[in-house]
Amino acid sequence: MKLPYVEYEAPTTVAEAVGLLAEHLDQASVLAGGQSLIPLLALRLARPAVLIDINGIHELSGVSATDGRVAIGAMTREYVAEESESVADTVPLLAAALPLIGHEAIRSRGTVGGSLAHADPAAELPAVARALDAEFVVRGQSGMRVIPAAEWFEGYLTTSRRPDELLVEVRFPAAGRGTGVSFQEVTRRHGDFAIVGLAASLTLSDGAISDARLAFAGMSDVPVRAAAAEELLAGERPSTELFDEAARRATRDVDPPADLHGSSDYRKTVAAVMVRRGLRAAADNARERQ
Amino acid sequence: MVDIILRINGATCTGSPEARKTLADFLREDLNLTGTHVGCEHGVCGACTVIVDGRAVRSCLMLAVQAAGSEVTTIEGLAPDGGLGPLQQAMWDSHSFQCGFCTPGFVMQAAAFLSDHPDADERQIREALAGNICRCTGYQSIIDGVLLAAERNRER
Repeated sequence: MKLPYVEYEAPTTVAEAVGLLAEHLDQASVLAGGQSLIPLLALRLARPAVLIDINGIHELSGVSATDGRVAIGAMTREYVAEESESVADTVPLLAAALPLIGHEAIRSRGTVGGSLAHADPAAELPAVARALDAEFVVRGQSGMRVIPAAEWFEGYLTTSRRPDELLVEVRFPAAGRGTGVSFQEVTRRHGDFAIVGLAASLTLSDGAISDARLAFAGMSDVPVRAAAAEELLAGERPSTELFDEAARRATRDVDPPADLHGSSDYRKTVAAVMVRRGLRAAADNARERQ
Repeated sequence: MVDIILRINGATCTGSPEARKTLADFLREDLNLTGTHVGCEHGVCGACTVIVDGRAVRSCLMLAVQAAGSEVTTIEGLAPDGGLGPLQQAMWDSHSFQCGFCTPGFVMQAAAFLSDHPDADERQIREALAGNICRCTGYQSIIDGVLLAAERNRER
């Protein structure tokens, strides 16, 4: 369908955008890459009175690596992050997830901040942000807030961003030596949202796991950490038996949604497979990065 | 209405689309460039793919006003003299087209991909075209056509 009638604003600075958000509040939708919002408009699932198009705000684009972290401007296109050496070198889990988003033409326009602000629980980037405890920087007229990933995702397509705030930057911690990663997903078709996805990161020191991070996509209304499995893994040495047990614990207390792509039980079964595969691949990757 | 100036297929164009008008509809309705096809209108089928500033994009997921100042190439711009460009000829020779509805999207996606990846192999071409849907060909002849274009391009 054609898009519904909507007012259009195209600010060129963050201050201007924040002013417009303060004026229109929840009557406004922020338009970044548009790869999710434009379909929502076409399908009448979103009916904002005003679109605030942030594509002209140049200060919102860019990747910068500083003191152990990589800061990605909210308007940074997914293909730019995908091609960034800084992302590949310092946040390999993000680099592994980016090529799995939609298709090439989607990543030409889609943005890192847009995907994370849209907060689709089956999308790749929310799981990566949750696994790595990324930080979300938002700006409002009253100033800046830094929100940890654990508090960012509040529900289906819902974040803790207030209507008068703009997501300006997302900060990902740099992976240290001995950290191996893997992003696993099962989709109906190439480029689809995951039926189940898993962001996995393992750090090995002297052959033992010193840090384990597992976050599921598609298993709840928000990306979720597999805390019980992470606790089991910490301090242990990688083995098939350990990873089998981690898969059991990761899927013991979950109640994934059912839809036409898969029942809840199917998702649980797939999730266990993702954990075993993800841990094996992350451990292999960690050994290469010692 | 928003006044915009942009370059389309090498020529400077002006227009005053409503903000809600997609680039796809602007090309077709305001500029009569009906080679760009509109299928699903929500970014799933790939039929409306055009090249904006060197990157393949879905023109149904971009507002016309967002293309202001950009360089846009549509299917009409691939062979401005009215003939077939090398990619189109290779796809023609490989019987890549049946009903033709998905064709402009496939050709533009392939054109953008081959210009960045002239040495692409079959797997990479399949990956690059995975976001375009065709209901007639079974895809194999499309892949064959793009592979043939890449091969001919390397021989030249």
